[in-house]
Amino acid sequence: MQAQVNPMIRSTGIWRAGLFGAGVLVLLSTQANGFTAYVSNEKSNTVSVIDTDKFQVVKTIKVGQRPRGIELTKDGKFILVAVGDDDTIEVIDTATHEIVTTLPSGPDPELFTQDPAGKILYVANEDANTVTIIDLEKKVPLGEVQVGVEPEGMGISPDGKILVNTSETTNMAHFIDTQTRQIVANVLVDSRPRFAEFKHDGSELWVSSEVGGTVSVIDPVKREVSKKITFDIPGLRKEAIQPVGVSITKDGKTGFVALGPANRVAVINGATHEVQKYLLVGQRVWHLAFTPDEKYLLTTNGVSNDVSVIDVASLRVIKTIQVGELPWGIAVSQQ
Amino acid sequence: MIRLLLAGTILFAWTSASADPVEIKIGYLRGPQPRTSISLLDIPPENNGVAGAQLAINDNNTTGKFLNQRFSLEDVQLNDKDDPAAAASSLAGRGISLVLADLPAAALLKAADAPGSQGLLFFNVGAIDDRLREEDCRGNVIHTAPTRSMLADALAQYLVWKQWRRWFLISGSHPEDKLYADALRRAAKRFGARIVQEKVFEDTGGARRTDSGVVQIQRQLPVFTQGVPAYDVLIAADENDVFAAYLPYRTWDARPVAGSAGLMPTSWDASHDQWGAVQMQERFTKLFSRRMTARDMQAWSAARMIGESAARTRSNDAKAMFGFLKSPDFALAAFKGQRLTLREWNLQLRQPILLTDGRMIVSVSPQEGFQHQFSELDTLGLDRPESKCKLK
Repeated sequence: MQAQVNPMIRSTGIWRAGLFGAGVLVLLSTQANGFTAYVSNEKSNTVSVIDTDKFQVVKTIKVGQRPRGIELTKDGKFILVAVGDDDTIEVIDTATHEIVTTLPSGPDPELFTQDPAGKILYVANEDANTVTIIDLEKKVPLGEVQVGVEPEGMGISPDGKILVNTSETTNMAHFIDTQTRQIVANVLVDSRPRFAEFKHDGSELWVSSEVGGTVSVIDPVKREVSKKITFDIPGLRKEAIQPVGVSITKDGKTGFVALGPANRVAVINGATHEVQKYLLVGQRVWHLAFTPDEKYLLTTNGVSNDVSVIDVASLRVIKTIQVGELPWGIAVSQQ
Repeated sequence: MIRLLLAGTILFAWTSASADPVEIKIGYLRGPQPRTSISLLDIPPENNGVAGAQLAINDNNTTGKFLNQRFSLEDVQLNDKDDPAAAASSLAGRGISLVLADLPAAALLKAADAPGSQGLLFFNVGAIDDRLREEDCRGNVIHTAPTRSMLADALAQYLVWKQWRRWFLISGSHPEDKLYADALRRAAKRFGARIVQEKVFEDTGGARRTDSGVVQIQRQLPVFTQGVPAYDVLIAADENDVFAAYLPYRTWDARPVAGSAGLMPTSWDASHDQWGAVQMQERFTKLFSRRMTARDMQAWSAARMIGESAARTRSNDAKAMFGFLKSPDFALAAFKGQRLTLREWNLQLRQPILLTDGRMIVSVSPQEGFQHQFSELDTLGLDRPESKCKLK
């Protein structure tokens, strides 16, 4: 950006001050963009650290076997990554990139979510048909909830009162009261539900069904499906449309759904639930994460071993970043 | 005839204080299965097939506890003298209207056509005969087992993709081997391969296991495969496990083997680990202390179809469930990387076919590039325009 400054303005004091001001602005905006994204590479057994300013991998962290679900703790100090084949969740210090401890996640953890305060972790254990509840500070299990067959997706309501787990073979979204740890409702959705995401105002819950090829919009009050989002991409066979990751903007106006081997991310109008656009990304797109300013949406593309960067305002894919083998999950720092 | 009632292996505490759960009773009709095999590793387990159904019953019951539905399985083992029609009628008489049938084609037709079978819905989990989906199709029989032509096409697509287009075909002397050879010839023609030579391996009887058999086999097989025009791959059609497993490493020319040995097309293999299949394999192994077979998977799929339709229709009425399975809303998730649906013209479950060498999954068909106007899965097996099936 400096290079764009007209050299002629350097000669006058007034303009010099102006230039200084511009310099500060540039610096500020650089800092504001300087988030860090963490990508779990399922096959490489690594986490790629991406600088979202340069959109480059700046570091690769070795982790346990088959890393998939990944999140940052609410204070931003630690990365949590589920290493399914090691039956644990590893805790990585974001400052040193060292693995500092592990969590008693139960067998084969895949996806997990935290309560809004960042004190409790809820983990889906696919092999045991359970959701394990963990105290993040003390690192001890607090209990477990029996759910359907092959629990996978985990979402939590913004007020933290309702935890939603999806079970892939039972084909349900289980509503769990986080106080009593009891299932309070079960909502049937289409086959192999994989991901659950609440709107930020809690007004809707979106559940993606990978095999069914749909996203169910669930009314969290009535606890029933109010709308089913379907996808139709000309020239693409229906079986290839396999929705997995879901991200919704904070204002609830736009949703993004990763469509797996369709190699596209669907852009959905948050009010009408109509598909507005399909964005071509890398192959077998799994999961999505916004930068905190929601300027960019990053996608993990399993088969092409890369991350696509979507410019949210223009709805265009602006960059591709090579990461490790079979990138799966993604989390972006809030700082 | 042996009858066994298998309640779910897990007893559920019914959280619902309301009405008694809705009962969904499933029958499992099976005939005697051959226990001979060339490799010790391939001896079919005694509960081959029915174990898959049991696992699905457990899975259905986990779902069922949220919907106040309870699934149970009655295992009926027929011997050679038992009449399948009478066994089916007897199930109907006991209020069972959903029947998983693991029977040879003729016995399955007898059961399905029995006057007492009216209102029964059968799931063919064992017989791969194309005729059951063609001239002998039935309006009350759904097929979760793939057909010979689906298996042959799945293999052929891969071999053609691999550019191994010149085939040497050895088929056994049993009627099923002839049918498999027919399916392979059709596949070769369909996908652009060429059979350069055919031979028949006569089954002259004799034991599979002998003390010094290996010495003879090592001398016989090279001679048997000698003097053949240039070929890329040897394909064996040997459904009774008489000779195919002897072929790898013993051919005159150094060529790979496929079909009934070497690279084999199948609906499931214990080594399959993609698309969440690991969970399934581990669940199965934990419950039965053995590995999961193709027949187990075919039975699991059928019992899961029942579970799925019971959950969606909130009913135990076979007619309502059948209606759902035939509707566009039905999709089965079965760890194959895409949804499985029914071919409405003959009630065959569409499915990808795995290609395994017995240790690993080498590939999964349909292969890239084999396109279809409706579903690429319909590039496997006889397609709608060529179907002879008229459902009644």
